[in-house]
Amino acid sequence: MRTDHHIILRVVAKPLIPIIALFALYVQFHGDYSPGGGFQAGVIIAVAVILYALIFGISPAMRAVPPAFTRSLAAIGFLLYAGVGVWALLMGGNFLDYDALFNEADGGHHGQHYGILLVELGVLFAVAGSMLSIFYAFAGRVTEIKDEDW
Amino acid sequence: MTGYEGADLAIALINVVLLGLLFVVAIAIARMRSLFAIVMLSSIYSLISATWFVALDAVDVAFTEAAVGAGISTALLLGAMLLTSRTAKPEPRKFAIVPLLVCIATGLILVYATIDLPAFGDPDSPANTYVGTDYIERTPEEIGVPNIVTAVLASYRGFDTLGETGVVFSAALAVILLLGFGERSLSASIGRRKGGKE
Repeated sequence: MRTDHHIILRVVAKPLIPIIALFALYVQFHGDYSPGGGFQAGVIIAVAVILYALIFGISPAMRAVPPAFTRSLAAIGFLLYAGVGVWALLMGGNFLDYDALFNEADGGHHGQHYGILLVELGVLFAVAGSMLSIFYAFAGRVTEIKDEDW
Repeated sequence: MTGYEGADLAIALINVVLLGLLFVVAIAIARMRSLFAIVMLSSIYSLISATWFVALDAVDVAFTEAAVGAGISTALLLGAMLLTSRTAKPEPRKFAIVPLLVCIATGLILVYATIDLPAFGDPDSPANTYVGTDYIERTPEEIGVPNIVTAVLASYRGFDTLGETGVVFSAALAVILLLGFGERSLSASIGRRKGGKE
């Protein structure tokens, strides 16, 4: 039975969570121009989900973002990063040599731009997935945070 | 006093205030026994450090410190704290002379070592002369990305970042192996809900 005296917390947090997630995407895709990048964006996305879990409970958060999804996301992110390196290898360059990705002439920056974008996306997936997996591993062992614990 | 000197004085004042706050928070953490308050204070410590990094023009580091130190590690520590007790064991208060001397000696050695450090922002310092200037000169032609930190992180030092991503991934893997997937509470709550309906 849930007593709802956390109503102010819930009302304030609910509009905040999408803004936090949106900010994470800004940090991710604006990382070429301003401070930030995959690592920070991944942590911010994880924080948005953790905030949801702290306020609405672990189980609703686990139904929205299942633990199986977070741990696959971590693996996919790492594979995406390493995959860009293998792609460069297949195109005849060195491992993670982005200039080789499209075999463009000197002075072309497409390979660097897409290489950095994909690599940062890999970091985002790996970090967000890992952080959420760690949080679930800790938080999943206590079913509910009791009020007297705060 | 010219405007430039005024700005210098203001920056020095900001640094003193921020470092003083860090000192006070650190002392408070060392003296406290309530784990909840300690977790919150270490979050505040990270936030003040992040502010100080901004004052040092290290915006990317400040961003990471704010997101990781003040954000996620606080949440993880809170989650870990819920599995254990809420207060640390009280330490018997006794005066220990040897640790005090070791601390004072180490502190003095560190202060002595800072005398040889180059001044902040010194263009002739080793950090700013060799590879640093190289990156600044070559990034616009070679990478074409305005943020040099991103160019170094993802392109020049792509191997390092791949290794860091691997470290984060294996940390998550290790925690999962030690603690389980955390799906116990999910299945427990679903079971409880079904039980309630019947």
